[in-house]
Amino acid sequence: MLAHIRPALVMIVLFTILTGLIYPLAITGIAKVALPYQAGGSLLHRPDGSIEGSILIAQAFAKPEYLHPRGSSAGNGYDATASSPSNLGPMDKKLADRIAGDAAALKKEAPGVPIPADAVTQSGSGLDPDVSPENATRQAPRIAQARGVPATEVQAVIARNTMQPALGFIGQPHVNVLAVNRALDAQYPLHPARS
Amino acid sequence: MNWQGWAEIALTLGLAVLLGWPIGVYMARVWEGRSTWLDPVLRPVERLFYAASGVDPTKGQGWMAYLGALLAFNAAGFFLLYLILRAQGLLPLNPMHFAGMSPHLAFNTAISFVTNTNWQSYSGESTLSNLSQMSGLTVQNFVSAASGIAVAAALARAFAANRGETLGNFWADLTRTTLYILLPISVVFAIVLVASGVPQTLMAHIDAHTLEGAKQGISVGPVASQEIIKQLGTNGGGFFGANSAHPFENPNAWSNLIEEIAMNAVGFGCVIAFGRVAMAGREARALVIAMVVLLVGASAAIYASETRVTPALLHAGVAAAPNMEGKEVRFGAPSTAVWTAMTTGASDGGVNGALESFTPLGGGTAMFMIKLGEILPGGVGSGLYGIVVMAIISVFVAGLMVGRTPEYLGKKIEAREVKYAVLATLILPVTILGFAAVSAVSPIALKSVSATGPHGLTEMLYAYASAVGNNGSAFGGLNANTPWWDTTLGIAMALGRFAYIVPVMAMAGALAAKPKLQPTAGTLPTHGLQFIGLLIGLILILGGLQYFPPLALGPIVEHFQMLSAVSH
Repeated sequence: MLAHIRPALVMIVLFTILTGLIYPLAITGIAKVALPYQAGGSLLHRPDGSIEGSILIAQAFAKPEYLHPRGSSAGNGYDATASSPSNLGPMDKKLADRIAGDAAALKKEAPGVPIPADAVTQSGSGLDPDVSPENATRQAPRIAQARGVPATEVQAVIARNTMQPALGFIGQPHVNVLAVNRALDAQYPLHPARS
Repeated sequence: MNWQGWAEIALTLGLAVLLGWPIGVYMARVWEGRSTWLDPVLRPVERLFYAASGVDPTKGQGWMAYLGALLAFNAAGFFLLYLILRAQGLLPLNPMHFAGMSPHLAFNTAISFVTNTNWQSYSGESTLSNLSQMSGLTVQNFVSAASGIAVAAALARAFAANRGETLGNFWADLTRTTLYILLPISVVFAIVLVASGVPQTLMAHIDAHTLEGAKQGISVGPVASQEIIKQLGTNGGGFFGANSAHPFENPNAWSNLIEEIAMNAVGFGCVIAFGRVAMAGREARALVIAMVVLLVGASAAIYASETRVTPALLHAGVAAAPNMEGKEVRFGAPSTAVWTAMTTGASDGGVNGALESFTPLGGGTAMFMIKLGEILPGGVGSGLYGIVVMAIISVFVAGLMVGRTPEYLGKKIEAREVKYAVLATLILPVTILGFAAVSAVSPIALKSVSATGPHGLTEMLYAYASAVGNNGSAFGGLNANTPWWDTTLGIAMALGRFAYIVPVMAMAGALAAKPKLQPTAGTLPTHGLQFIGLLIGLILILGGLQYFPPLALGPIVEHFQMLSAVSH
């Protein structure tokens, strides 16, 4: 056993240097040069340099003129420093109560329009950037009314930002909420353009 | 359920098995010390490792020396990782100024990563510095995987040997596996993952101002370099708390597909490499078929279960299926189902959805997969030696039925080998059921359980199954960062890893010493449909008999509760 002590210690130090420093730092360097946008977190910048968010990360939208994301239990909601699902079991009363409450509000907003499952459930990360196309379409009339534009135009923005599964079956159709909302602000601004 | 879902499941599993074949052929070359096209770059590094540590890579080790080297290396890894996690606050590359971990959390985490489990009682983005993620966890993601593969290589040589005394050299297997297999694949696919959107930066925090004018903090870090080896080495520990459900770990269907294939391909590769080294290609193919059959069954069961009507959605008057609670829209039910079957079949433990919110049978199937012994295709290396243990018990059972001394791959299987094999398989039920039973009646343990009734029991059972199986996935409602859970889960992980490896290595030593026999007319063929059926039956019966009572009290009773809630 004693004979193993030197190789054990030397090897763990060498592997730490190779796989724990050289490897991740080399990947970081290559990524920074070759893929700076993705390596930095797919961030969206305003003209003044401030950051609007990441296209991959859900952010809170509650105003009627915006497409709303799925609910979130990450931190106090949409906290991208504390990713988390709800962790409620299928028979948990808290889950049933939450879904019933959210469903009632959605029914009031658009009576008679079917509600897809993703509209009242929370994602695995609490940061799901997408909603289903049905969920987005259901919100189009509300957005259109708040912005004073025809619902068909809002629907067209949603359609342009709908991603279909690769080859028709890899992944699910989805609509990026932040992409839709940025497009809406660009095409149908609510406020006079900031100077 | 729809054809797109089934097609996605079939494609994912098919690619993982298909890619396992070339990986296995290459791995066999690496195990045998033959030259590869990476030699010009890597051979000097390899020589440096041997020279610095004073190792002669050509010197064969008997099973005890091989095992001693493995245990010494893993002990050194444990102490270094424990130190890094405790001292994190004093070390560099800590932009968020996170403090060191508590003693029980550092103990749990260090054991967890050294044993290839990656159970996480913490959330990475709010606990760990970039240095701890890179130089602590990522290192063990490589070398714990290589340690498992080394044991598989030793076992393969034991079957190839004819009255042999040595099983290879652990230091050479460890070094060559890391340098020639895990590192090159990781370099290539880390870049591919970055291209698909996984961040790779030394920054840790971004301040964003959202469209509605709120402030949003966003955690980033060197994610891609850790993400790929997390999957490739069947580690499973996420950079973020939400693991591969987090859009930064798994941004889209392509990254999802790459990660799914990565977590099974090397496991299948180990079986192919075993077949080549042990001169048993047909038998290895039979093992792969048995694995695939059970994996397909589990994927289908979870997909079917997660697309069922669930009571909370039904009673709210919305679309009652699929069960999207805890699932990401971009993945949906089919991709989350096949991922879950693969991650629990493979002792990976990374998740792309929240298991706690699965339907009872969906989550129950995941737990059952772990309890079958993490052999479908199992952790890298560990899945191979696990399925060989099952194969040995299978030929023993068949031998009892026909009254002949059983043989496997030209080696007589006698009392000693069967005892070692059974000893290894007993570690799982004894530890899972023992700890879960104690926890179920201990207030100190029950304080951490978030759910009531059968779901709460499943939370506890899942935690110990995951720890002993070196899986690492969890029903996330359990608050595991307490002295009780950190400590007992830590012990369970160590037992599941090392109390399994010790009898396996002893068995390898015994097998190597035996003469290699040629099959005769009386030898039970171990490559045909009959043997595949026997092996699948044995795996299911062992798993089913050992765990049926707790499964009945957990997921099965909850399933009937759900059926009753849906029909009222």
